[in-house]
Amino acid sequence: MNFSEAATSGLFFHLAPWLVFFPVIGLLINMIFGGKMSEKAVGTVASLASGAAFVVSVLLAYSLNAVHGELQTVPFAEWIHIGQLQLDWTFRVDSLSTVMMLVVSGVGTLIHIYAIGYMHEDVRFHDEVKRFRRFFVFLNLFIAMMMILVSGDSYLMLFVGWEGVGLCSFLLIGFWYDFDTLGRKSTANAEAGKKAFIANRVGDFGFLLAIFTTFWHFGTLQFDGVFEAAAAHPDPYVISAITLFMLIGVTGKSAQVPLYVWLPDAMAGPTPVSALIHAATMVTAGVYLVVRSAPLYSVVHSASYIVAMIGAVTALFAATIAVGQYDIKKVLAYSTISQLGFMVAAVGTGAYVAGIFHLAAHAFFKALLFLSAGSVILGMERGHHHLAHGHGDHADADAHHEDGEVFDPGDMRNMGNLRKQMPVTFWLYLAGTLALAGIFPFAGFWSKDEILLDAKLHAEHFPGVYWLLAIAAFLTAFYMGRQIWMVFYGKERTEVAKHAQESPPIMTVPLMFLAFLAVFGGALNLPFEGFHNLGHWLEYTIGHVEDLPLNLGVAGVSTLLALLAIFLSWLIYGKNPIKAGQPDPLKKALGPIFTGMENKWFVDEGYKAVVLDPFQKLAKFLSITLDWNFWHDWFHESVIYGFFKWLAAFLSDPVDMGIINAVADWLADLTKRSSESLRRLQNGFVRSYALSVLLGVVAILGYLLFK
Amino acid sequence: MDFMSNPLNVVTFFPLIGVLLLLFVNKENKVLIRWISLLTALATFGLSLWLLSQFQPANPNLQLTINESWIQVANWNISYYMGVDGLSILLVLLTAFLTPIALLSTWSAIEEREKDFNIFFLLLEAGMLGVFMAQDLFLFYIFWEFTLVPMYFLIGIWGGPQRIYASIKFFLYTMAGSLLMLLAILWLGIHQGTFAVPDLIRMGGIPAETQIWLFLAFAIAFAIKVPMWPLHSWLPDAHVQAPTAGSVILAGVLLKMGTYGFIRFNLPLFPKAAIHFAPMMAGLAVVGIIYGAIVSYYQQDIKKLVAYSSISHLGFVMLGLFALNSQGIQGGILQMINHGLSTGALFLLVGMVYEQTHTRDFDVYGGLWKIMPVYGSIMLVVTLSSMGLPGLNGFVGEFTILLGAFGSEAIGSPWFAGLSAIGVILAAVYMLYMYQKIFLGPTGSIVETVKEHGHALRDLSAREIITVAPLLIFIFWIGLYPKPFFELIAPAVDNLVAILQAAMH
Repeated sequence: MNFSEAATSGLFFHLAPWLVFFPVIGLLINMIFGGKMSEKAVGTVASLASGAAFVVSVLLAYSLNAVHGELQTVPFAEWIHIGQLQLDWTFRVDSLSTVMMLVVSGVGTLIHIYAIGYMHEDVRFHDEVKRFRRFFVFLNLFIAMMMILVSGDSYLMLFVGWEGVGLCSFLLIGFWYDFDTLGRKSTANAEAGKKAFIANRVGDFGFLLAIFTTFWHFGTLQFDGVFEAAAAHPDPYVISAITLFMLIGVTGKSAQVPLYVWLPDAMAGPTPVSALIHAATMVTAGVYLVVRSAPLYSVVHSASYIVAMIGAVTALFAATIAVGQYDIKKVLAYSTISQLGFMVAAVGTGAYVAGIFHLAAHAFFKALLFLSAGSVILGMERGHHHLAHGHGDHADADAHHEDGEVFDPGDMRNMGNLRKQMPVTFWLYLAGTLALAGIFPFAGFWSKDEILLDAKLHAEHFPGVYWLLAIAAFLTAFYMGRQIWMVFYGKERTEVAKHAQESPPIMTVPLMFLAFLAVFGGALNLPFEGFHNLGHWLEYTIGHVEDLPLNLGVAGVSTLLALLAIFLSWLIYGKNPIKAGQPDPLKKALGPIFTGMENKWFVDEGYKAVVLDPFQKLAKFLSITLDWNFWHDWFHESVIYGFFKWLAAFLSDPVDMGIINAVADWLADLTKRSSESLRRLQNGFVRSYALSVLLGVVAILGYLLFK
Repeated sequence: MDFMSNPLNVVTFFPLIGVLLLLFVNKENKVLIRWISLLTALATFGLSLWLLSQFQPANPNLQLTINESWIQVANWNISYYMGVDGLSILLVLLTAFLTPIALLSTWSAIEEREKDFNIFFLLLEAGMLGVFMAQDLFLFYIFWEFTLVPMYFLIGIWGGPQRIYASIKFFLYTMAGSLLMLLAILWLGIHQGTFAVPDLIRMGGIPAETQIWLFLAFAIAFAIKVPMWPLHSWLPDAHVQAPTAGSVILAGVLLKMGTYGFIRFNLPLFPKAAIHFAPMMAGLAVVGIIYGAIVSYYQQDIKKLVAYSSISHLGFVMLGLFALNSQGIQGGILQMINHGLSTGALFLLVGMVYEQTHTRDFDVYGGLWKIMPVYGSIMLVVTLSSMGLPGLNGFVGEFTILLGAFGSEAIGSPWFAGLSAIGVILAAVYMLYMYQKIFLGPTGSIVETVKEHGHALRDLSAREIITVAPLLIFIFWIGLYPKPFFELIAPAVDNLVAILQAAMH
């Protein structure tokens, strides 16, 4: 654990705690000194802190490679030791955790840099400069928590990060806590943050039960200890319970059916947050958890089938909703849920490499898409700003009164032909789109294909998964095509769209890195002899992985489906672009089905009717009727107080005349002299009741003692 | 050891020196009054650290004991018996730690009759310290009842509009419970020939049937104090009406006297009964956890929300204690401390904004984070601590409690802990509701109202930050590195668990 040792061995495992320390140092600097620092300086400190964590991740991966992937644990401090319960702050460096570290800190750092540009404009539009610093403090805290999550050596340390990132998510979704997404005064954003936290807590509840069950059956929470014990006593009943409880946690954090409802609302957060937390990193924690627990999930087939089906159903369900959305970020949000479904389905079918591969590829292209969408939204904002302040009344009125509503810069119906005004963003967005749609040779093609191939190969044991995913893949290409045509092609549907402005390099340059990864990220794990890099790397952790060769059948079908979907989207949205005010052409074609998609299948309304409203009613009944009116008032007055009154009268009347009265009078007199308000307290209560009750006790005692 | 230099006596009675000094100070000399009582409380805290330095963590027995024969009439053997062990040392420290903090908070909150206030407060401190150190049942009872009086006056004189009602209710409920306990104490002392708790434990030999009755007599007194559902209806009144410092001590220490009573007397004295009642007590604890959480959510008054949340939190403590295993009991003891820190801090913080706004109605609040960023950030940490976020103190306690209860042999079913874990969800529901109502959203009408009265809402002053900062340090410390705290608790708990195990098999 010291530097000289490291110098001689040339390895850097002892640096593992710095994955957490660097971001914490960054946030502390900004918290303590940030008030006097410029925006640039604050952003730079935060980015460097995140970048330093990336450097540590690289060093760890390098060192791990040097020891041929042999698991390393780095103990840091003791935590909770009670009897058999032995929990420590111990870091775990293995091939799975290093992949996660690299993705998190790598993508995280790029997003930090992008956010310097983005938040500068965001705070300008919201007219509150001070919050710039707070944003970066939260962002660094997120990186620290995410690092704890992926590098912890026990389920409980993972859980610390798990809840910690949930906190950051809450804080950042509600970052503009006094507005709604359109910048109007409202609690909407704060509500969205709360919803995310509570939905996640429901998941965490399941996770906690899994932890308890694990501990009492396997006697430890340390990963290897649990896996060894599970291998020694593979009780299917216990392991099913553990894995299914854990699955509740996965559906919360990774936004799967039925707990996904928080993620679309989470788009209330600033766009870099949507990209980092709600697309690239935090939401993949559930996938990580399943892969991490592979030795448990692989024991019980029924549990893994449930995981796979949840993932596949989510993938399809969310994709249908994405088709009916108009908000550029909402489409991406549902797309994220859908893609997480792909990953969960993959790890459910035991395709751990494919799941992690898609996790990484998705982190690249979805971060790219979100950040490009942020660029689009800010471009529209700039256009709006330009019209409002740059021109005369006419433009101002026009800009503010699109349909008599507050102008929504994220509504795709307000856009059109943006590729002319924002060419850089357009190309970036297109790269992300093709990767997401799974077009050869972009990253998504390789990773999604691997999932589909695995699902197809295991179709016998996991019936239905492949088909659900294939349809979802078709819809993915369709809604992304719809988005491209609506946003970047056709004619500008508003004045604002005509005046949209391209984003500065501080935002576009990090995007180019991401675009590079989205295009070439497939190289992580190509399905050719000698190119299964990720697969072999992960083998160190999850055991032998079969190298899947490219299956032309599966790849051909999915490519065909994607191309068909894009063509279809062109027919509907590209050939005859939507005009301002025109309803979505699909509405006519699909009727009530489209209404369902548009309205997210009324799931939020369903939750309100089934969970939220009854809870409100229950809370009202318990607190007002039962606790207050009945228990606090009636029961107290009638029963308890009434009894005391009766008892006091019963005991004091015969005796009160004599000694007690004299003593009490003397006491009352004493207090009367000492103060006015003390006398008020002596309104006969203490005298008559308390004293005489005491007297009663003495009487009973006397009886007991001298009987 | 010499009677007067025994650390326990020194710590317990040191506050009385402050009381004596205060008696000779002119009541108009407010600055002097404040400083005398604050310095007395700080010195008491310093002395409690001195006590800690002489405490041997590895020793599971009572330490630094003092045992003098006191009242000997007929077959009554009452002794002046004081001692600390792992079950009580942290509570002694907590008491000595919270008192100066609570006193510091009164500098701007209490403006009438400060002399009397400070005298009562120091008397209360001495009483509480005595409760946690007394090892003779009779002595314990004297300290126990003694704490009632100053608290009664603190609520009744310096409380809110309904203070008389609240203080009487507080007095009535606690005393009603205590009387049954007194009977049990007398029976036990006379029947067994001693009131000394360690002797009684050593002797054992109380038949299981008798244990049940004695257990119940003690339990009712303690359950009212905790308060356990359904004996809680005095709590919202007392908390809402008490002045800030009173609420801090009430939540921070006085409620712990109830949970402490269970662990000091009910478990080791009546182990068979404790095992017998474990599922029932756990059941009541679970109801309290869920009920308290749901009722908290539907409050309109900030203080009332925090008061009801205490019912939920102390439900966790009770669940841990009656798991009757080391995880549960250690977690329960730690959670007593955690609740003292977190809820103490919540009451302090609510009091700080109340001093400026004079209202605790949620509806007029909103968006204060913007106006009071330091206040908002500190409150955020405390809120998260209270809802058990990992990395902060509340989690360590709740987790170990739930873990212990989940596998508890005495409770006999993981369902209790499983249901209680729903309380973890509900805690997020009501705590975030509170946080959002006060700090998030657009700024509330209170900002304008305060302005109309010629002020503007200001962020926390340096004194206010100093008041809460020590609590924050422990919130992080216990959350990240609870080892030193568990080390103090563990040996004594192992001892207790051994007694319970022996009774079980």
